[in-house]
Amino acid sequence: MTAAALHALLSHWRRKPFQLVTLVLGLALATALWAGVQAINAEARKSYDDAANVLGGSQVIVDSAGAQIAPDAYATLRRNGWKVSPIVDGWVAGSEGRVRLLGIDPLTLSPGTPTRGALEDIELTDFLGSQGRILTSPATATRLENFGARVQKVEGLAPGLALVDLSGAAALLEQSGYDRLELDPEQPLSQTPLKEIAPSLIIKAPDSAGDLARLTDSFHLNLTAFGLLSFAVGLFIVNGAVGLAFEQRRPVFRTLRALGVPARNLVFLLVVELLILALIAGAIGVVLGYFIAAFLLPDVAATLRGLYGATIDGALTLSPLWWLSGLAIAILGTALAALTHLVQVARLKPLAAAQPRAWALASESVMRMQLIVATLCLATSLFAGLVGGGLVGGFVLLAGLLLTAALALPTALSIILRGAERLSRGVLSEWFWADTRQQLPGLSLALMALLLALAANIGVGTMVGSFRLTFTGWLDQRLASELYVTAESEAEVTDLIAFLEPRTDAILPIWHTDAEVLGAPAEIYGIVDHPTYRENWPLLSALPNVWDRIAIGEGALINEQLGRREDIAPGDVIAMPGGWETEVLGVYSDYGNPMGQVILPTSTLTTRYSDIDRTDFGLRVSRGNVDAVRTSLTEDFGLPAENIIDQASIKSFSIDVFDRTFAVSAALNVLTLAVAGFAILTSLLTIAAMRLPQLAPIWALGIPRHILARAELIRALILAAVTFVLAVPVGLLLAWVLLAVINVEAFGWRLPMHFFPADWAWLALLSLLAAGLASLWPARRLATRPPADLIRVFSHER
Amino acid sequence: MLLDVQNLSKRFEAVTILDGVSLSLAIGESVALTGESGSGKSTLLHIIAGLEPADGGEVTVDGIALSTLKDAGRARLRRDDIGIVFQQFNLIPSLNIAQNLLFQARLAGRDANLSALAEQLGLSEHLSKYPEQLSGGQQQRVAIGRAIAARPKLVLADEPTGNLDETTGDAVFDLLLQSAKETGAGLLIVTHSERLASRSNRRLHLRQGRIQQ
Repeated sequence: MTAAALHALLSHWRRKPFQLVTLVLGLALATALWAGVQAINAEARKSYDDAANVLGGSQVIVDSAGAQIAPDAYATLRRNGWKVSPIVDGWVAGSEGRVRLLGIDPLTLSPGTPTRGALEDIELTDFLGSQGRILTSPATATRLENFGARVQKVEGLAPGLALVDLSGAAALLEQSGYDRLELDPEQPLSQTPLKEIAPSLIIKAPDSAGDLARLTDSFHLNLTAFGLLSFAVGLFIVNGAVGLAFEQRRPVFRTLRALGVPARNLVFLLVVELLILALIAGAIGVVLGYFIAAFLLPDVAATLRGLYGATIDGALTLSPLWWLSGLAIAILGTALAALTHLVQVARLKPLAAAQPRAWALASESVMRMQLIVATLCLATSLFAGLVGGGLVGGFVLLAGLLLTAALALPTALSIILRGAERLSRGVLSEWFWADTRQQLPGLSLALMALLLALAANIGVGTMVGSFRLTFTGWLDQRLASELYVTAESEAEVTDLIAFLEPRTDAILPIWHTDAEVLGAPAEIYGIVDHPTYRENWPLLSALPNVWDRIAIGEGALINEQLGRREDIAPGDVIAMPGGWETEVLGVYSDYGNPMGQVILPTSTLTTRYSDIDRTDFGLRVSRGNVDAVRTSLTEDFGLPAENIIDQASIKSFSIDVFDRTFAVSAALNVLTLAVAGFAILTSLLTIAAMRLPQLAPIWALGIPRHILARAELIRALILAAVTFVLAVPVGLLLAWVLLAVINVEAFGWRLPMHFFPADWAWLALLSLLAAGLASLWPARRLATRPPADLIRVFSHER
Repeated sequence: MLLDVQNLSKRFEAVTILDGVSLSLAIGESVALTGESGSGKSTLLHIIAGLEPADGGEVTVDGIALSTLKDAGRARLRRDDIGIVFQQFNLIPSLNIAQNLLFQARLAGRDANLSALAEQLGLSEHLSKYPEQLSGGQQQRVAIGRAIAARPKLVLADEPTGNLDETTGDAVFDLLLQSAKETGAGLLIVTHSERLASRSNRRLHLRQGRIQQ
């Protein structure tokens, strides 16, 4: 019985191959986008873990003021029973960009630490010494070709990181002190307290890699949200295809039930059938997902590097678990999409009459139910977003608003179409609007998918556009100096200033030190009093006479990130590293910087801190003199060309980083829109098959096929256009949430919202094109349909 | 002559459906066409309505030979001069009863008195309802109303009572005869029922693709 029943059920797909393709492709697309995003996230997380293993893992001792630790202090600690190992941490220029260099002492490093583990297969004598081996991952080795045979590839090291002996790092970084001392987890019971032997040193857990994971969490959550959105859009296709297949087989179900197949067996067979389809589609989807991930990964790597300074490997290495989870999500998606249909089959009475699906779905009660769910969704999301707060709360608000809009769409469209019907003149237009309203239930899933895709496009587009506009304006303010130079060493600084003084209008030191401010890594900069800052610096809020007060050392400026994270406003007093306090006089925007930043007068910076990088300067030069100064710096002073950057280069580099940063969002936007377009096509094609009995009488009453076909085309265009119009406010709301809630939570800055009507017009054109193309085929099929097909509708009556 | 069918033939692959069928219908005349299932009744009606082409012969409606018309011309002829009543009613589910009744008249650009029509059909109380809210008999009344509201010259009815019980079928058949008579239309009605056929002016029997008087 089972085999015969299964054969009867599966025979449907043989007769409807297009439906089968739609179902499999819809599920495969949904799985692909989801699996692709998960692959990217997994790859990035693996890189963070590798970094965390090498850079963190145990407690460290650092200088409380952020200064380097002198070798004498290290020796004192060792003598007093402290089991510590020195670490030198810095950046070296590779043949293809900078690489983080970690100098370690393998002889004192605890054997249990992951860093020590990387040396397991290495001949220690080759590693030790100032000319010893530089260990790095295979991917990073290509960036260090300028170090020739010293570079040795090892597995398990984080990308963008090189491991070298302490003396090698000291030589390469030209420093004698240590950046931190790694504490062995097993310390002797009797130790002289740290405060007594080295009062300036403190113990802390190095969490730079942890910070990275925390900082990048928002980005990955963003990607996951996009993946989920695409998956949901894909499920609309699956739901539609499964629904149609079940509806068309309803007579077969009834017959099977009447012939003695129990409902339970029937449902079981359908589950088996769906499981087979889900596995096939899932496998295709996972392979597609791999290609999507491989395609997007370089941009994601650029984003993480640009936004957070995180380095991830450019190649995919996927675990079997990822493949299995891709298949699992395909099965889960199919189950979700088919659940209601399976319940209907389980409740099907053997002699139940076929219900016209469209009308049942169109019934007021279904729409009312959708509206109730939409209202509940809205209330929940508003509560989560506004009361719950946090990044997750922000995303719940975002998802809730999208879901609300999608669920309310059929009702909104129905009201609009009813209005159009009332205003219409002429029998054909009257029929057209009424008929369009009747098609709504069959098309609503695809239109909901389109609404989601369009709203996401508008929302993310507005967010990125607003960000870009603000960012470029901010760059203009922030990069006021015409040239930026870096002296080769501090010893060269005096000569450089003397050389530049007669050739420039002003020399602005950009000196800084890295330290921990209010418990998190931060940068402390020093500036001189100059109109460049007074006229251009992008202050968001400030106390009166802020620049005059900064000039006399009465306070500090902080960036928006630090202000929001610690809830600091102008007028508040903050504790600075080194045990002193200062008043915050103003807050400035600092887009793209994951860290907190404090600006002090140069005099205060140099007085309070000793370990300062004093090699960077901004030069004010008249426009026409820029090239001459640059040439004389290289030719007369002998400064390497790479130490001189002009304002335009930095701006173009920054804009390039920005654009690459959001290339992933743009790509996912396009993919989601493509999936929505496919959803419309499949809906129209499936509806086209059910439309014949509705259109044949109209044709018989004297309306030619080409007019009916044209009406079908116009209908799709109108529905897409109305959906687009409704998607605009939803998208703008989405943009507001992204700018005012998610961005603040994720990055620590709030951006002003700008509107981009030209982009909307372009998107409207795209959605009309998608709907037009999707309806062209079914419309053409109708226009060229042999009359015999239409007559068959009447012949089937008997 | 309103309708003139001469030597009409139609084959579906190897099967002959119509084999030299000739018939005529005068203005105001009602003709019942009977025959067994598969005898070609519906096919004949479809060809006369211009829904389907014939393989041979000619159909002339009000002096216009269908073979001279293209698809758009045949559609115009159906819209303006022919009313069709289907067995399954084939009302437009998205339009209410008033809109369905006036649909073809408005397509043809003609005025129709809705209240009088509804009164005549016994549908006055149902004008704002939708087709699925009516019984089968009521739906067929709407279909008849739609066909005659445009005052066509020829009404073609394909088993109009086939889906109705005997009492309702009788009432609908009478309504169709009466409506055609009042509008002066010629009526060609396909039916299985000899009893109903006997109420028309003339009866034709189709057997194995040929008319038997």
